[in-house]
Amino acid sequence: MRKAMTAREAAALIPDGASILFGGFMGVGTPTRLFDALVARGARGLTVIGNDTARPGRGVGRLIDAGCVTRVVASHIGTNPVTQQKMIAGELEVELVPQGTLAERIRAGGAGLGGVLTPTGLGTVVAEGKQVVTVDGRDFLLERPIRADFALLHAFEADYYGNLTYRLTAANFNPVIAFAADCVIAEPDEIVPVGVIPPDAVRTPGVLVDHLVERPR
Amino acid sequence: MDAKELIARRVAQELRDGMLVNLGIGLPTTVSRYVPAGMLIAFQSENGIVGFGAAPPDGMEDPNLTDAGGGYISALPGAFAFDSAVSFMLIRGGHLDMTVLGGLQVDAKGRLANWMVPGKLVPGMGGAMDLVAGARRVVVAMQHAAKGESKIVPALTLPPTAARRVDLIVTDLAVIAPTEAGLELRERAPGVSVEEVVAATAAPLIVPPEVPAMRFAGIM
Repeated sequence: MRKAMTAREAAALIPDGASILFGGFMGVGTPTRLFDALVARGARGLTVIGNDTARPGRGVGRLIDAGCVTRVVASHIGTNPVTQQKMIAGELEVELVPQGTLAERIRAGGAGLGGVLTPTGLGTVVAEGKQVVTVDGRDFLLERPIRADFALLHAFEADYYGNLTYRLTAANFNPVIAFAADCVIAEPDEIVPVGVIPPDAVRTPGVLVDHLVERPR
Repeated sequence: MDAKELIARRVAQELRDGMLVNLGIGLPTTVSRYVPAGMLIAFQSENGIVGFGAAPPDGMEDPNLTDAGGGYISALPGAFAFDSAVSFMLIRGGHLDMTVLGGLQVDAKGRLANWMVPGKLVPGMGGAMDLVAGARRVVVAMQHAAKGESKIVPALTLPPTAARRVDLIVTDLAVIAPTEAGLELRERAPGVSVEEVVAATAAPLIVPPEVPAMRFAGIM
């Protein structure tokens, strides 16, 4: 059983310079209370890995605004001018990864695989410096696995074993990143007693979740 | 009918009943307005849903139900939601029948550039590279020219989105099919001559003896 902690207590576990996988797609299904707590404690030098950097003031955009982040790995930064300004100013390093490749690299990292072979990115700048592997006459790009020190998830419901459910498009990267970090912290909208979530409805098994953030007050 | 509506209506004629289709942001999104009556199309939004519909009325939005741009949508009966890994299994695994994407350039080999302008615009590729690499059919919906310059060029000057040849280009002037032999002019916009299309296109076109005008039932 896990006792829920405050977002502030959870943020205190994350040191400066840590790498963080985060759930969220344009700020939907993203652990906003954890981001706020990281901003409040003045975190510095973070690497954040996720689909996009949302917008200024929204989701992970709050971490970028506050100068907590020095490296971003994402598929899209076009909706956040602050990310682009900081990148051009040299304050932020950005690695762009095709969205499906990002999902599979994280999945590989969480599944104990040495990488993935994908046709995505062949013949583009994404392929530069990467090994091309031919399987049955078809070329694929070898993409390496991604893991991080922490995964910060948003979930719809949790129970006190850490079992998680998601709602609609708020799932996005959350179920995938839960496998790929040394320490997994989940921020649910609601926490229910163990047994309330039917086994078939569990999308992220509690055995993967190290810490639960208490429900919003 | 303005140029964008013409493009969207012509692309909609490529839809077939029962298809799984992903529409890119911007002009491609508007194709969903012109689905032929009686046809059931499953539209995918790559952030995690198949079977979405228009934004709900004010006050009925669900913060956990949005499109890839973060805008509110609705879920139609039969919709299903999934995570990002599953979303791109659908896209890359050959399950997506068609994608419609915007374009910055298409070249004589049918290669698409649509994700960055070096030194100016670096938004990131999002799902575009996976969509072009994985969809069974790739349709590019774009204006024929930008700032007076043809967007259909002999060779890309912008970074390509994929090595793959796209299947169809629909513009405000023409429908063009990239083939092994080159870019084949298939249709011209109503009121536009073959000569005008050729003059407005920087890449060489293969022009068959007969090039019909686009047809829009009940409109023109």
